[in-house]
Amino acid sequence: MVEQFQNNEALARQRIELLVREEWGKLLSCLIAYLGDFQLAEDALQDALESALQHWKRNGLPRSPAAWVLQTARRKAIDRLRRAANFKSKQSEYQLLLEMDRDEMEGEEMHEIGDERLRLIFTCCHPALDRKSSTALTLRTLGGLQTGEIARAFLDSEKAMAQRLVRAKRKIRAAAIPYVVPDAHQWGERLNGVLSVIYLIFNEGYFSGHGEAQIRTELSNEAIRLTKTLMELKPAEPEIEGLLALMLLHDSRREARQNAQGEMVSIEEQDRSLWDKSKIKQGLGILDEALRKLRPGPYQIQAAISATHARAASHSTTGWDEIVLLYDELFKVTPSPVVALNKSVAVSFSQSPKAALKLLGELEDALKNYQPFYASKADFHRRNGDITQARSAYLKAMELCNEENTRAFLQRRMDKLK
Amino acid sequence: MKYLALIYSPQNAAPAYGTPEFDAFIGEYQAATEVYAKDKVMIAGEALEDSSTATTIRVRDGKTETIDGPFVETKEQLGGFYLFDCENLDEAIKYAAMIPSAKHGAVELRPVQEFS
Repeated sequence: MVEQFQNNEALARQRIELLVREEWGKLLSCLIAYLGDFQLAEDALQDALESALQHWKRNGLPRSPAAWVLQTARRKAIDRLRRAANFKSKQSEYQLLLEMDRDEMEGEEMHEIGDERLRLIFTCCHPALDRKSSTALTLRTLGGLQTGEIARAFLDSEKAMAQRLVRAKRKIRAAAIPYVVPDAHQWGERLNGVLSVIYLIFNEGYFSGHGEAQIRTELSNEAIRLTKTLMELKPAEPEIEGLLALMLLHDSRREARQNAQGEMVSIEEQDRSLWDKSKIKQGLGILDEALRKLRPGPYQIQAAISATHARAASHSTTGWDEIVLLYDELFKVTPSPVVALNKSVAVSFSQSPKAALKLLGELEDALKNYQPFYASKADFHRRNGDITQARSAYLKAMELCNEENTRAFLQRRMDKLK
Repeated sequence: MKYLALIYSPQNAAPAYGTPEFDAFIGEYQAATEVYAKDKVMIAGEALEDSSTATTIRVRDGKTETIDGPFVETKEQLGGFYLFDCENLDEAIKYAAMIPSAKHGAVELRPVQEFS
């Protein structure tokens, strides 16, 4: 008897963990649609999960755990509203909710839950919220990450991160940021906003050297998962596919980017046998799908650049001419000096370091405080045989570098000069 | 939902009075106001005199202190406002973006607190 009980409890816990991992975003998105309030929805969902543990360990799992949790969360929300001090004055506002709830309970047991995640992600990434808050809110509401996990990933205190989330949720309510998928004339711009938040999450997990490795991997995986969700919900958008391909292709090199000592390894020196073949295959396949739609955009172009690396057997046999052309295309849609800098790196391999140095001359003004500018300059000088110039550029790059792993990488490079 | 749109502009950023640009600028304001009226979203809207005409008042210990000038001296000054009644922030942003001064200055949108 006791054994059975413990077994039930373990099962219930497992199922709840799975639910949080797989369906948190979906459940929360439905609750927000129903309640019109982020904080109340989150609190009610939390209440329902606690209640689920108590019920399921006693009575076993319901037929549809997700539907059970959703229905319980709705009741918990109504309980919370009833308990609230100002319920009386707001009763008329909630009358509809109460009626809907009664109808629901009289009806049959629910098995299907809806999916309002598209509305949820567009609201979290609304341009009226600052990017960091959007990022945190997206991870919390769609990804189901705990506040503490998000705080650790961004090197913030848990308290500061909790305040940021509370403020964002409060602003959504107080300023009436609508819980809607934007209409056609805003779609492109708003989708870009969503994609840039997701890419920010990925980059935080991939390029930044700080934070625990496990959390960083989780962030990148979460970004990939979010993009897959977005793709399911909106299949005809090639830029969503472009972003997914780009992240998968970057991520395929995760193992090769660091050596056993945890040091950064440049793509030139990476052991390509460590590249994840299945991620590359997935990435290339998704990119092909996207390109076939003939509506190119910055993520597809960046993915195409990454794909050129992924297809090459070695650094020297990489299609550098193709990469140069792709950077020209990218510059047309996003004319930034950073894109021009990246192009110069490709030129240094397709033509010569000398040709690349010539391109750098025009960028110095715009990038004079940008560490990678000097790192590239140093590398071009080194390969051009100009040790003195290379050394001074490495020193400048290290001076501008605020990231330990990268600084150590630059130092090793400089030490090898001679 | 009510939103207050506070219109901030750098001093002398708007076209000078009497120039054709000024007439065009005022024309744009009229056009925007007509849209607001047609869509029934405008509760109020006024342009303010220059901040050099401002008087700041504080009451301390029952005594009224009067200071010549605005409460905060800033490069961009408050030049006018609209009070909108909109469905949500997206709608308010759409109407605020029609304010001609948004092109050289900035419009701050603030939801009006609702007490229930």
